[in-house]
Amino acid sequence: MNILVGISQVPDTTTKIVVGADNKSIDSKGVKYIMNPYDEFALEEALRLKEKNGGTVTAVTVGGDGAKDVLRTALALQVDKAILIKSDSSDSFVIASSLAAVAQEIKPDVVLFGRQSIDYDSFQVAPMVAEILDMPSVTITSKLEISGTSLSAERDIEGGKETISASLPAVISAQKGLNEPRYPKLPDIMKAKSKPIEERAASAAASRSEVVSIELPAAKGKGKVFGDSEADISELVKLLHEEAKVI
Amino acid sequence: MKILAYLETLDGALKKTAFETITAAQNLAKQSGGSVVGLVIGSADVAPAGAYGLADCLVAKHALLEKQSASAFAETVAQAAKAENADVVVLPASSTGKEIAPRLAVKLEAGLAPDTVAHEIVGGELIVARPVYAGKARLKVKITTAKKVVTIRPNVFTAKKVDAPATTATRDFAPSLSDNHVKATVSSVSRNAGKLDVAEADIIVSGGRGLKGPENFHLVESLAGTLGAAVGASRAVVDAGWRPHGEQVGQTGKTVSPTLYIAAGISGAIQHLAGMSSSKVIVAINKDKDAPIFQIADYGIVGDAFEVLPKLTEKVKVMVGK
Repeated sequence: MNILVGISQVPDTTTKIVVGADNKSIDSKGVKYIMNPYDEFALEEALRLKEKNGGTVTAVTVGGDGAKDVLRTALALQVDKAILIKSDSSDSFVIASSLAAVAQEIKPDVVLFGRQSIDYDSFQVAPMVAEILDMPSVTITSKLEISGTSLSAERDIEGGKETISASLPAVISAQKGLNEPRYPKLPDIMKAKSKPIEERAASAAASRSEVVSIELPAAKGKGKVFGDSEADISELVKLLHEEAKVI
Repeated sequence: MKILAYLETLDGALKKTAFETITAAQNLAKQSGGSVVGLVIGSADVAPAGAYGLADCLVAKHALLEKQSASAFAETVAQAAKAENADVVVLPASSTGKEIAPRLAVKLEAGLAPDTVAHEIVGGELIVARPVYAGKARLKVKITTAKKVVTIRPNVFTAKKVDAPATTATRDFAPSLSDNHVKATVSSVSRNAGKLDVAEADIIVSGGRGLKGPENFHLVESLAGTLGAAVGASRAVVDAGWRPHGEQVGQTGKTVSPTLYIAAGISGAIQHLAGMSSSKVIVAINKDKDAPIFQIADYGIVGDAFEVLPKLTEKVKVMVGK
């Protein structure tokens, strides 16, 4: 089975966002970058599919030289090949087109992504790549079973789950709960440092969006704080009803 | 601009997000001096849309649409957008909308703005705002293509009834579909009976580690039940296995914008705050008066959630008459 897994590098969830000097990006100074948490489930699923069915796993990311770190992690987890598509674009169509070009080259049976990257939170890339490749897609997948060329997957929807059927090749985006990701072993981390990373140019597709600005949400005024006496709790309920008008 | 509003339905009725989509589409039409046409897939009662000002609605029908395939839905919306010569398509950023919109954008060669919370037209150009980094920052983006696809975050564009209600006229729309458009099909759906989802709820009551153990979450459930609210949870208690991931609010869970968010026994780690800070009214209950959650709370109670919740539930019961 030929498996392609898209991973990305994002600021750690504990990062406090500071707007950069251009007002269009974030200040990366002091930011700790990690593998996008949902991509860990995609990568783990790719490794399990290979263990079960044989084949190869190719990890691909879009970014600058710094993004090689997540590819090194993937190599330490024993993916067969790592590809860096060099681009600083945040336009999802450019990113999806670049990823689709790699897929067209390696002709995967399964393409895996995390359900969203936790920086731009767009949820766009997986279905966009599927559309460009004319493949089925299942997003927010919490359970995946593949037998032969058919797949059955469970995906989270509002207040429940859907079971989806489709045929391979297909694009899957992974939700937390799909599996329990493994950690790389220290000797493998060391070995991964000298493994090759192939580089590709980004798609020449024109960007379809342009960042105007990035700003921090307006600071909130100080709220009203009470103690925990009966009278205090009564006062809170009264305010929620009369002042905030929410109950 | 001509705006196409994709209206979600469930069991033949328009969903709450459909009215929000109409309101967002009307705003865009008003700003640009254009008009709105609705689109539903399959038979549905669209009459309630009139109160929100929708006068014109396409009803797409085709045997292949009964398979509930997102790719076939996307093809249908694309054909409708072309037939109506729509400049902008507005969809909800729901689990289905998030599957349709990216495919639709590719088909229409359109720029896509996902999960938006505000739209403005400046000099004929559409600029949207959307939360990024789970709400830690807000990004303004200009869509630079002629055709545009926009998804809207649930609960943000409050559905507004108009002063002069319309009578919604329907037109049948027959898309041209083949088996190749049906790429993945829904074979079954299971719903958590009687449970509201945090992504859709008007009110959320969330519990954290301050509840001390999974056996005490009935205190959260009881207040949620009284308020007709959904139950949410912090990452700490989901990671500890007390609650399912579907309830997790935060950067690696769901980002929510309810009218009222009550955080009980949640200290307010940055990744949790990111997911709920855009709630309209926030109430925090925590025994540590210095907990970060109080910095964004509109109302706070310094006390043990374990003791405060039952008292609060009793008093809310009296208030709402249950």
